[in-house]
Amino acid sequence: MSAGPRYTLYHPGWYRRRVSVWWWLQNRSYAGFVLRELTSVFVAFFAGVYLWQLRALAQGPEAYAQFLARLKTPLFLALDAVAFVFVLFHTITWFNLTPKAMVVRLRGKRVPDHVVVGLNYVAWLVVSGVLAFILLRVRS
Amino acid sequence: MRRITPLLWLLFSAGGTVAAFLFPIHLLLLGLAVPMGWLDALSYESARALAKHPLARLYLLVFISLPLFHWAHRFRYTLYDGLQLKHLTTLIAVLCYGTALAGTVMAAYTLWKLG
Repeated sequence: MSAGPRYTLYHPGWYRRRVSVWWWLQNRSYAGFVLRELTSVFVAFFAGVYLWQLRALAQGPEAYAQFLARLKTPLFLALDAVAFVFVLFHTITWFNLTPKAMVVRLRGKRVPDHVVVGLNYVAWLVVSGVLAFILLRVRS
Repeated sequence: MRRITPLLWLLFSAGGTVAAFLFPIHLLLLGLAVPMGWLDALSYESARALAKHPLARLYLLVFISLPLFHWAHRFRYTLYDGLQLKHLTTLIAVLCYGTALAGTVMAAYTLWKLG
């Protein structure tokens, strides 16, 4: 957050090894960390796709048809497939972090981590099922 | 900046939760199942009618806005650490949160214009 250190005239600069921009490829857990952070790019991408769909709906039937046709192009199919993998990775890493970010206590006892994580997965499946049910029922 | 940092972290985690729970199923349906022809697309009329429902409008605003702020916060720190751009702190923060804010305003305006 702070701007870099300010050196005074007689203060020698510190010796710092230059770190490559690719530092995170040298170690599996570093690579996992950066991939996890990069899931946010695909989250933003899909939020953008939804915004695009909304704008098409507001503009009229032709814009909506064009939107649907664009999603069928190989470019968007590939992007959506990659985004799906990254979004799933986001969901899994997010749920697994939940017990570390939020400690749940029941009658003074800490609820074990795997229970908190498990409840997240159950809630996720229920929510996904309800949404799929609503969206499929509107079609029929 | 320092004063709104807690708010930014709150938006980050709220958006991360929204994306974790809601994005996979919507992405699977809209991004893969419909374009691949496994599922018929919603007709214009029914899609618009669905989006106009007050609860759906609220849902869509949350669905678009919070994950954008989640991205802004996470991507900002990834740029600092990954690309070592610490000296561009202010510019990166303005671009990231500005994009999220612009997306939010655009979503709100579009939802309002749906009539």
